[in-house]
Formats: sequence, C-alpha cells, structure tokens
Amino acid sequence: MNMHVKVNSDEPGDPGARERLVVVGNGMAGCRAIEELLAREPGRYHVTIIGAESLVNYNRIMLSPVLAGEKTFDEIVINDHAWYEGNGIRLITGDPVTAIDRAARKVVTRSGTHVGYDKLILATGSDPFIIPVPGRDLPGVVSFRDMRDVEHMLGAAARGGDAVVIGGGLLGLEAAHGLTLRGMKVTVIHLMPTLMERQLDEAAAWLLRSALEARGQTILTGANTAEIVGDVQVEGVRLKDGTLIPAALVVMAVGIRPSVALAREAGLAVGRGIQVDDHMVTSDADVLAVGECVEHDGQVYGLVAPLWEMCRALADGLVDRHTGYRGSVTSTKLKVSGIDVFSAGDFAGGDGAEDIVLRDASRGVYKRVVVRGDRVVGAVLYGDTADGGWYFDLLRRGEDIAPIRDMLIFGQAYASGGGQADPKAAVAALSDSAEICGCNGVSKARVCEAIVGGAVSLDAVRSTCKASASCGSCTGLVEQLLSLTLGSDYGGERTVKTLCKCTSFGHDDVRREIVAQGMRAIPEVMHKLHWSTPDGCSACRPALNYYLLCALPGDYVDDQQSRFVNERMHANIQKDGTYSVVPRMWGGLTNPRELRAIADVVEKFNAPLVKVTGGQRLDIFGIKKDDLPAVWADLNAAGMVSGHAYGKSLRTVKTCVGSDWCRFGTQDSTGLGVKIEQMTWGSWMPHKFKIAVSGCPRNCAEATIKDFGIVCVDSGYELHIGGNGGMKVRATDLLCKVTTEAEAMHYCAAFIQLYREEARYLDRTAPWLERVGLDYIKQRVVEDADGRDALAERFLFSQRFCQDDPWAARAAGADREQHAHLGDRPLVLEAAE
Amino acid sequence: MTGDWIDIGALADIPLRGARTVQVVGGEEIAVFRTGDDRVFALVNRCPHKAGQLSQGIVHGHAVACPLHNWRISLETGEALGEDRGCTPTIAVRADAGRVLISRDAVRATAMAA
Ligand code: SRM
Ligand SMILES: Cc1cc2nc3c(=O)[nH]c(=O)nc-3n(C[C@H](O)[C@H](O)[C@H](O)COP(=O)(O)OP(=O)(O)OC[C@H]3O[C@@H](n4cnc5c(N)ncnc54)[C@H](O)[C@@H]3O)c2cc1C
Ligand code: SF4
Ligand code: FES
Repeated sequence: MNMHVKVNSDEPGDPGARERLVVVGNGMAGCRAIEELLAREPGRYHVTIIGAESLVNYNRIMLSPVLAGEKTFDEIVINDHAWYEGNGIRLITGDPVTAIDRAARKVVTRSGTHVGYDKLILATGSDPFIIPVPGRDLPGVVSFRDMRDVEHMLGAAARGGDAVVIGGGLLGLEAAHGLTLRGMKVTVIHLMPTLMERQLDEAAAWLLRSALEARGQTILTGANTAEIVGDVQVEGVRLKDGTLIPAALVVMAVGIRPSVALAREAGLAVGRGIQVDDHMVTSDADVLAVGECVEHDGQVYGLVAPLWEMCRALADGLVDRHTGYRGSVTSTKLKVSGIDVFSAGDFAGGDGAEDIVLRDASRGVYKRVVVRGDRVVGAVLYGDTADGGWYFDLLRRGEDIAPIRDMLIFGQAYASGGGQADPKAAVAALSDSAEICGCNGVSKARVCEAIVGGAVSLDAVRSTCKASASCGSCTGLVEQLLSLTLGSDYGGERTVKTLCKCTSFGHDDVRREIVAQGMRAIPEVMHKLHWSTPDGCSACRPALNYYLLCALPGDYVDDQQSRFVNERMHANIQKDGTYSVVPRMWGGLTNPRELRAIADVVEKFNAPLVKVTGGQRLDIFGIKKDDLPAVWADLNAAGMVSGHAYGKSLRTVKTCVGSDWCRFGTQDSTGLGVKIEQMTWGSWMPHKFKIAVSGCPRNCAEATIKDFGIVCVDSGYELHIGGNGGMKVRATDLLCKVTTEAEAMHYCAAFIQLYREEARYLDRTAPWLERVGLDYIKQRVVEDADGRDALAERFLFSQRFCQDDPWAARAAGADREQHAHLGDRPLVLEAAE
Repeated sequence: MTGDWIDIGALADIPLRGARTVQVVGGEEIAVFRTGDDRVFALVNRCPHKAGQLSQGIVHGHAVACPLHNWRISLETGEALGEDRGCTPTIAVRADAGRVLISRDAVRATAMAA
C-alpha cells in the first residue's frame, strides 16, 4: 500500500501512520471536501472534522423547505453518523474552534480540546449580517443560517401572529414563504426599490412581488429599518418613516459575510474572505480554505455551486494531482413552490449589450436574455424557467449564438431546430457538463452515468447521485434524462422492471420474443431488441444465455463468456481465488471407492479443507484453477461427476434413510431420491434448484423447504413445491398427492420444466410461485394432464443434451485456457538497471 | 525505459470478451483482457474491493464485473465504476500482428509494489 508515512504524532490514540487532516466547519463545503478526498484516496489522511453546530452534516439550502414543512431534518442530512464512522472520521460537534496555533500546528476548541494537524482546512462558511439597529439582540430576532434558527422560527410560528422579514433577497423571501405556510402573517421589509435586485430585473421583480402579495404577504420596498422595538421580547419593527409594524418574530436576512475571524486572528491573509490560490491554499501552505469563507481571485461566493468546484480542486491538491480552481459563474433559483424564478450572469445590460425579451402575460411568463457580441451574458426568467439550464450552459461555455439568435428566446427546443416544442430534444441537446441539479452540483453526464449504471427510477437516481434529491426543482429534467437514456421503457415511475439497464424490455418480454422470433444467439437478441450497449452487461448476458439454452435444447451453443465464473469454471470461486470442488453423491449415498478417491485428492493436491456440506456431500476446498482438471480426472476415475454446487442448476437431492432401515419409513426415500437425481442432474435452471425426499412426515430430509420436496406417506407421495432456506425461509406449498414413484418423478419433471420455461433468470421457485400463484401451477402441472405430459417430455428431451459431465471434458483438455496462464511460464524480470 | 515491450502470447489465445492471466515472479499477477471490439487491456489481477481476481469476471464493453461482489471496473482506467470507489493499477499493453505485448516498465512497477 502506498500510504503516506508520517511518524510524528503528538496525540495519544492518534493513528500516527497517516497525515492528520483537520477540518474546521462541519458544513457543506467542509464535508464535501472530505467526500471528494475519500473518492480519490480513502486511506490517505486521518480526518477530524470539528463543527460549531451540534448536528451532523446537512444540506443547508434545504433549510427553506424544512421551514416550509416540505422536508424534515432527517431528509436533509447529507452524511449521517454512520458515514463518519464508516470512513474513520473523528467528528467533534457543538464545539467551535477558537484559535489556530500555526507554529504548533494545532487548533483549540472552546471546550479546550487541542487537535494537532498536518493539514488544516477552514470551511467556516459565512456569518449572517445583522444590521446595527437598536433592539437587534432582543429575543425573537433571529437570522436564517442554520437549523437552530429554523427551530426558533418554528417555535414562534407555532404561537402564530405577525412576522417581519428584513431583507427581500433570496433568503428573506424563502423565510417569508415558509413562515406564511406555517400560518404567520408576514411583512417583508426591503431597502431597495425592487425584490432580489441582485438577481432580477425590474420586470421580473414586479411579477414576483405580485405573486407574493397574492399569497397574502405584505411587501414594503424602499423601506429602511430604524429600530426593533420590544421590552423583553420583540414586539415590532419601526421604519425610518415612523411606521410601526407589529411582530412577534423578526428574521434578519439582509446578507452574509464570510466567516474570517478565526483566520484573521491566526494571521492568515484575509481580504473580504480568507485569501486562497487556485488550489485553495491560504497564505500558509499547510492551511487550506474552502466554501463561502474564502476569497478567490477577488471573488467571494454565497451559493453552493462554486463550492463543489472548489472542493474538487482542493481534493485534487491534497492527493498531489493539482488541477486548480478557476472561479465560478453562478445562477440562482428561488425555492418558493409555485413560483419559478431563474437568473444567471449579468442582466444589467450596458455597453454593447442587447436584450432579447419575451413576455407572455396570459401565462405569466417573462424571459430576458442579455447578449453581448454573439454571446449570452445573462438571463432572467420568470414563470417558465425550463430553459434556465440551457441559457446558463450557453453562458458558461461562451457559445456563439449567432446562428440561433432569432430563436434563442423561444428556448432550446425551438432554437435547436425542428420548431417542435419537444422538451426531450431540449434536454438531449444540453452539453454533458450542463448542471442539472444546482443544489448538489450534479452535471448531466453524472446523471446519465447513474442511469446507465442501473438507476432506472427517479428514486434510484436520487440515491445514486443526489440529483433532484434536494429542492426537487430539477425533477422534470431528471425524468427527461431517464426517459432519454432508457427509451420507451421509462414512462414515469415504472412498475415493470427491465431486464437490466441495457434494454427497455423486461424478462418476460425478452423470453417471449426469443421464442416468437426464433432468435438463436445473444448478439441477435441484442440487435433485434435494440440493446443500448454493445455487448450487454454482467446482468443480461447470463440471463440471455440461459433463455436461449432453454429455448433451443441441443441446438444452442453455450456462450462461456456469458457465464458467471463458477459456471465457467465448474467450481465455486473462493475469496482467495482458489476453488472448491463438490462431486455428486447420488441421493447422499457414497461408498469406500468414492471416499478413498476424495481422500486421495485432498492429500495429493494439498487441499486445506474437506467438509460435509449441508447438501449431503463432500466439499474439497482450496484448489487452484490450474489443478482443477487434474482433480476432476482423479474423481472421474472413481466414477464421480460434477455436483454442480456452482450452478444455476439442479444441486442436490437430499434423502433420508427411508423404509429400508428406518422404523418409521413408509417408502424407499433414498432409492427414489437417487432416481430423481439421475433424472434431473445437469439441467440448467433460472436459479439453483434443490430437491429432497423424506421417508415419512417427520421429514428428516427437510423436503418442505426445497424447490421440490417429496414427503412419503403410507398411501403414496406428497409433492411439495416452492420452498427454500436462505435469508427468507419459505415452506413449500402442497402441489398434490400421487400414489406411485413413477408419477412422483413425472410430476417433478413437469414442474421443473414449467419453472425452466417461465421463471425469470435468478428467480428461485419461491418468488416465482408467489408471483404466478399456486393455482396457476396446479392448473398447468396437476389439472392439465396433456400439458403435464408435454412439459415432462420437453424436460427429458433437453436433459439428453445436458447430462454430460462437464468435468470429464475439461479433464480431457477442453477449454484449457480457462485453467492455464497466458504464456505458460511466469515472467521473470531481470534486476532493474 | 519506455518503449520496451514483452511478448506474452498470441491474441487468439485470449477469448473474445474474456481474459487470461500472466504470472510475474516477485510481482503481482496481471489480467489481460480482450473486449468485444477486439481491443486488449491489462490490469493488475486484483479488485480494489477485496482483491477478487478480475480475470474471472464477465467482460462487457470496456469494463469487467468482478467475480466476487460484482463491482464494475473500467478496463481503461482501472477505476471502479458507478458508486463504488477504488482503483486497480493499469498495465500498458498493446496488440501487434496478432501478438500481445506488455510494457516492461509497467510489469516492473507491479514487482516493486508487491
Ligand atoms: C457448501 C455449502 C455449505 C456447506 O458446507 O454445507 C453451501 C455453500 C454456499 N452456499 Fe449454500 N451451501 C450449502 C447448502 C445450502 C443449504 C442447505 C441445503 O441445500 O439443504 C441452503 C438452504 C436451502 C436452500 O437453498 O433453500 C443454502 C442456502 C444458500 C443460499 C440462500 C438461497 C436462497 O434462495 O435464499 C445462498 C445464496 C444464493 O444462492 O444466492 C447460498 C449460497 C452459497 C454459496 C454458493 C455462496 C457463494 O455464492 O459463494 C456457498 C458456496 C461455497 C462454496 O464455494 O462451495 N446458499 N445452502 C452447502 C453446499 C450444498 C451442496 O452440497 O451443494
Ligand atoms: C436558508 C438558506 C437557503 C439557501 N439556499 C441556497 C440555494 O438555493 N442555492 C444555493 O446555491 N445556495 C443556497 N444557500 C447558500 C448555501 O447554503 C451556502 O452557500 C453553503 O452552505 C456554503 O457552505 P459552507 O460550507 O461554505 O458554509 P456552511 O454550510 O455554512 O458551513 C460552515 C460551517 O462551519 C461552522 N463553523 C463556523 N465557524 C466555526 C468554527 N470556528 N469552528 C467550528 N465550526 C465552525 C458553521 O457552524 C457551519 O456549520 C442557502 C443558504 C441558506 C442559509
Ligand atoms: S423421516 Fe426420519 S423417521 Fe422417517 S423414515 Fe426418514 S429417518 Fe426415519
Ligand atoms: S472483490 Fe471485487 S467486488 Fe468484491
């Protein structure tokens, strides 16, 4: 392992072997930086995260939906305790760092804890700006920055009454929205003449204001706060013009300031924020900073998108793969349900800038795109923000829009040709780097990769790459990507599962089409059913191989490369890469010759373990792949064949002693078991298949938890189906009772064939039975006598091609390359010069 | 020295969508893959998850599914795909006139790591 070795450690209990990385600030940037680092080199640093808040890392931007009652705190947690523990991260919460001792390379917390570091990351975020008016310290005056603030607001809202929000920016409007939904009567006081003036032009701000007023809020613009009044508790806000607005709660949301006090006291270079270079390194090479607390290239940021980019650059630097952060362009969305507002870039216009505007009063839509020299430099959208991502993408990439200028304002669907408003085409045309989810910084490429990787539903995408998992405003985009990537298969939240992500067909469709169209090979299936990958994946290839094999007994040429390792190697792979070998012991019977041969193999090949399995036979462990053919040759010589302990196939037929010896035995359970195993061995199935025969209802062979179980009784044989052990034990259902051995075997063959032909690959009999219903199986196997005969006949026919011992062929030299290294001799390297 | 290649065998000896192994004395075993589009890739034969033998996995596209727990590993970069995290070293390899050649330096690197 190439871990970084560092010997000095001043802390008892410190792992010492790794460099110590300490993060100040358990917020969005601090934890994201560590996530990025873990994704690169998980074991490299010993990480400690120290947070002033007493909570785990949560998605701060989602405090607005929490306030509005649309989310719970649990739903906005990004990393829970298990994440810290699982990644070996030491977490200190509720204990802010009060000083950095750069000379001694340690930080000190309020409680007096000293934590030494080799590298320090400052991710202290921002402090809310509190306007210096009298009464600002009264109880009932809160900011809107963390979960504690939200709890204060919820407490006040529970008592009802009036609330004043000072600040008509993004934060203030989201607070006002939440409090309105919580039943408070809200007044927004805004100093500037229009709302969100940093993001919206006048027209959009006016539309926004009208919408908010229609929801019952009072909006006062150009209003200047003089003081907050109250004796022991806030009672109201007085404006400079003398107006008094009653309030039981006052939320200050007028702006934020990078939290730099700690850095400044430690003597680091600080401007508006903590100054960093492109690798997020401060004026001290061992101290880095990231997030809202930093100033990069003269810029400070108050949105999350830049910090995702910063965190990537920071993590790259920490693992010595320096890439560098080059600053960010940002866009804004307002998270107020039912009101769509988007803004990006420079909308002020000015020199040489040209506005393209679209107003659709009846729909309440306003769009303005600002263009300078054939490049988009800004956009403001109100009412219909679907094209926000596209404009932002054009802006960031500096795309030449001359060719689409006339259509630009109508949105991507029109501008990209066709004239049809096809949202899918619009999404398809987004570049890979286009940001889909602003809340979590997820690009289009990342979402598509998640979908291709198997996240075929909205929920799966959310849990895989976090897109649409926060404010949800990009849900529509994600659904369009799902439908684009998965094709016709994705019709909203689908219930029919596709075979895998390579196809839009489900298992049953594929099986049906293979038979209906007479398909004969895997590439043919993939071609005719429009597979989306060149050669499938590890989920569909084995399934297709089985379906073809089942459909074309004797005809189909098995594709070894589409089989899981165990079936390809005819042995079970072990965690160290050796194999285990289980020869068949018919019905659990053995004899001295077999036992001797097994004993000899164990000794000859130094097998470290031989054990009796739960399936009534012997398992020889620790055989190297090169030795397998020789082991099999020796076992074959004693008359033993493959036990298929590795296969989606008939495994064992367990038996008890039965009437020959047991005082309770009613029939020859052992003899019947042997006959059944001789009939069924070697057959390939959708999943493994186990059979047992018990000589009486005491059921010593555990027949009632097998795929097919026979319980002998005085008057004949009870046939049981659909049982298994495993994690979810399922006892069998009684299929029927028959009177003769021959009938028992005939029904067994018919049942197996029905399962082989109709179950989905990797369904054992239990889930299959539960899906199709016991009645259906009874109807096919018990009631329909002709059908039963035909099923049994098809089974026996296919068995003609399956009952060759695969070990014998390998022992005789078939597929030698599976068991030998390339080049036969190991490579020997001459000593390095 | 770069540009120094070792002939390890015939391309035809590696099954299409399959892999073969090369042993290195004092170094780590190497898995040489041949993909459906007939390209060759080589990785150290060790899954970044729990050291599964990647040579025994199912090869699809330019990736292999590890036989032990089904992680998908990129043959191009050795990186785990999807949500899994980890990386297995890649070995420079090329096919030339039906022969498979691997970089001596890369093999030496496995020897030094082992
Ligand atoms: C060897 C053996 C344990 C033993 O030493 O006794 C065994 C070993 C394994 N079992 Fe088993 N099972 C063995 C009897 C059983 C039994 C008992 C029985 O058959 O009566 C059961 C419960 C009955 C049943 O299957 O319903 C059993 C239920 C499972 C399950 C759960 C199946 C399910 O449908 O839920 C798995 C997991 C799976 O297949 O996905 C499993 C999977 C496995 C695997 C294949 C795990 C794996 O994927 O590597 C183990 C292979 C070990 C190896 O390399 O050889 N094994 N396994 C037994 C081999 C029997 C044989 O002679 O072939
Ligand atoms: C209500 C709300 C809604 C928002 N909505 C959006 C949005 O829609 N889109 C968007 O892009 N952005 C939004 N933002 C902004 C976004 O949340 C921030 O950009 C982001 O959280 C910044 O991350 P950070 O890690 O730099 O700071 P933070 O997430 O604030 O993390 C800093 C952490 O450091 C801790 N800390 C500070 N000093 C110390 C110390 N001395 N010792 C220990 N710990 C310390 C703090 O307690 C805090 O937990 C919103 C913010 C809020 C409050
Ligand atoms: S089930 Fe038990 S009691 Fe009955 S015959 Fe078998 S061994 Fe004897
Ligand atoms: S060892 Fe490869 S997936 Fe677990």
